[in-house]
Amino acid sequence: MEAFINGMSAISPQNTFAEETLLHDVKEYCDVRSLRCLEPQYSGFIDPMVSRRMSRIIKMGVCSALKCIRDSGIKEPDAIITGTGMGCVEDTGKFLASIYENEEKLLNPTPFIQSTHNTVAASIALILKCHGYNNTYGHRGFSFESALLDAMMLLKEEQAENILVGALDELTPDLFAITDRLGFWKKETINNLHLNDYKSRGTIAGEGTAFFSLSRLKSEKSFATINSVKTFLKPVSLQNLENSLKESGEPDLVILGINGNTAGDEVYNEIRRGILKGVPAAWYKHLCGEYDTSTAFALAMAAGIIREQRVPEIMKLDNVPVAGIRRVLIFNHLRNVNHSAIMVSSC
Amino acid sequence: MAEKVHITGAGIISSIGLNYNEVLASLHASAGGIGKMTLLDSIYRDVIPVAEVKATNEELKSIAGTGAWGVFSRTSLLGIIAAREAVARAGIEDISEFSTGLISATTVGGMDRTERFFRHYLKDKNHGRLRDVITHDMGDSTEKIAEACGITDYVTTISTACSSSANAILLGSRLIENGILDRVLVGGVDSITLFTINGFNSLMILDKNGCKPFDEERNGLTLGEGAGFLVLESERALNKKGKRVPGTVTGYGNSCDAFHQTASSPEGDGAFLSMQKAIIKAGIAPESISYINAHGTGTKNNDLTEGKAIERIFGNSVPPCSSTKAFTGHTLGAAGGIEAVFSIMSIEEQCLWPNLNFNKKMNELGFTPVTELRKNIKVMNVLSNSFGFGGNNTSLIFSKF
Repeated sequence: MEAFINGMSAISPQNTFAEETLLHDVKEYCDVRSLRCLEPQYSGFIDPMVSRRMSRIIKMGVCSALKCIRDSGIKEPDAIITGTGMGCVEDTGKFLASIYENEEKLLNPTPFIQSTHNTVAASIALILKCHGYNNTYGHRGFSFESALLDAMMLLKEEQAENILVGALDELTPDLFAITDRLGFWKKETINNLHLNDYKSRGTIAGEGTAFFSLSRLKSEKSFATINSVKTFLKPVSLQNLENSLKESGEPDLVILGINGNTAGDEVYNEIRRGILKGVPAAWYKHLCGEYDTSTAFALAMAAGIIREQRVPEIMKLDNVPVAGIRRVLIFNHLRNVNHSAIMVSSC
Repeated sequence: MAEKVHITGAGIISSIGLNYNEVLASLHASAGGIGKMTLLDSIYRDVIPVAEVKATNEELKSIAGTGAWGVFSRTSLLGIIAAREAVARAGIEDISEFSTGLISATTVGGMDRTERFFRHYLKDKNHGRLRDVITHDMGDSTEKIAEACGITDYVTTISTACSSSANAILLGSRLIENGILDRVLVGGVDSITLFTINGFNSLMILDKNGCKPFDEERNGLTLGEGAGFLVLESERALNKKGKRVPGTVTGYGNSCDAFHQTASSPEGDGAFLSMQKAIIKAGIAPESISYINAHGTGTKNNDLTEGKAIERIFGNSVPPCSSTKAFTGHTLGAAGGIEAVFSIMSIEEQCLWPNLNFNKKMNELGFTPVTELRKNIKVMNVLSNSFGFGGNNTSLIFSKF
């Protein structure tokens, strides 16, 4: 199974939405504990009459999806598949709060209607009038990977020629406050670009949306290929994980989900000492923060690196020279429970 | 040639029974599960009926046999009970013998515990017990079920509102057909929460007298809770055991109505497309459908548009059709799984399940649902519909093996 990438668009704490070249102008955030997306002007993409009813995550998701479609040159995808770890958190919280604040009386249904995980995939279909296959995954650090696997299967089954696949997760003040109490985040404020220098527990919170236009056949628009997607739930041992990674073959570059959390990063370090020994390594979470679907941001980086045949300095973890980047492996884990590996190559 | 998708086990828990046999007995007795709200502290307790699973969380914990190994939402307890039953009924002793996956579905996940957390958190951001919020996300119940059943090879969760578990069955079937997994546990689970009661109530689509699907005087849905799971197996897994196969998944279709976030298009375009795709996939003629287990929520909008879409597919010869939601209530993310189990029961028992609470034919439709239990019917292919918010429509076809 494979899928060609013909277009992509990401809204993130970096300038990914507007930039022509990958990480041309890196955004540095000082004294922060979380990163928020740089939101674009939506009016060029979504009718203001429509967008005023949308929550922030719906706007970000729909906008990046529509730009992705525009860039890929296709008119309408045959299928729309999304992944989101936490779904539409703002609307969920808003409706939940209204239940208690109004003692269950005279509630505004809009946040309830827009609270379901499939809201963004459905909104895109509604705008594009796309009656094709439509699905949404919501499973922690597997959400985006599951959407990708579904898309690759649909292409193999020849049920679709072009598929829009995307991921979305938003950070709200309540989500930050609650996960902070759960100990997810570093207690000190940091400079994001030096995330890896703060050797302490936790990481920085992030968010983002990223969409990809995938096709079954290679076209003149194709600039990268997704070769495989693997997920591992609580791998019993590092050995098992390594054996499985080995099957994908040796990459020219590995992009790791290192996030500055000393305990969790040990997994990456061991793999770098093990099967990935000598493989040039890069990282990305200092650019976007930690969230359930951060691997979608990593995929945008990997595809960009392959397209431009250049690893942005800010992503490099070592000085191992990289030449001829044909195969890039993305390896990530979310809180040491959801591990995933995505292999991307030139096409 | 794609792998055939064999159904070897089914497990269920709902307002009409805590396991397969209890549920089957209720279906045979036409005994519905809608009643007074007893488990939730809502101002609508005496006003809005629901279809609760008749067990407290403590009772569910003891049935699930979870002991002390973690924090469980009601959703994960319901899921574990039905999923384990499906595995047991499939006669699986060693789950790791074949590559095995779990595709679960839910719409509100651990919201039942989140609500306990949130009422305290709202007053003070440092309040609310953290153990009540760690089960909030959709993946939590799935990972609990995976752990309870010993599944690690492929685990994920689908969340497409009320069609969620139908999509889980669709995905599981494709994973078998593509040779990615040999075995997959598929289904879904949801529990009744203040969030969903108030959500549907704010939309003014909860029937104060209990739902009456496909009735001219229907006035909304009734919320239910529960879980339904199937074990799907490939030829390879099957050969090893030579086991009983109650049915197969032969058809599936997923489409988007792309009309409105909550309302369906007037002619049921999305519903028409998903049924049409499923019938084409099954490679059968529409007249080969023996029974339709309709989505039939009891809302004005759903039953009208689903009915019209059914008539567009079947013309004047609509097969026997019923909605079982007057038995179980609308179990949201579990509905597709629960109704898949009903479809398998229909094939196994060669029976059609009645559409309870039906009195008056809808003016706009030419057909009326099955209103009484029908026995000794040749049930070969069952079409099951699940439609959700966002126009996410999925139809499945289950066939006799």
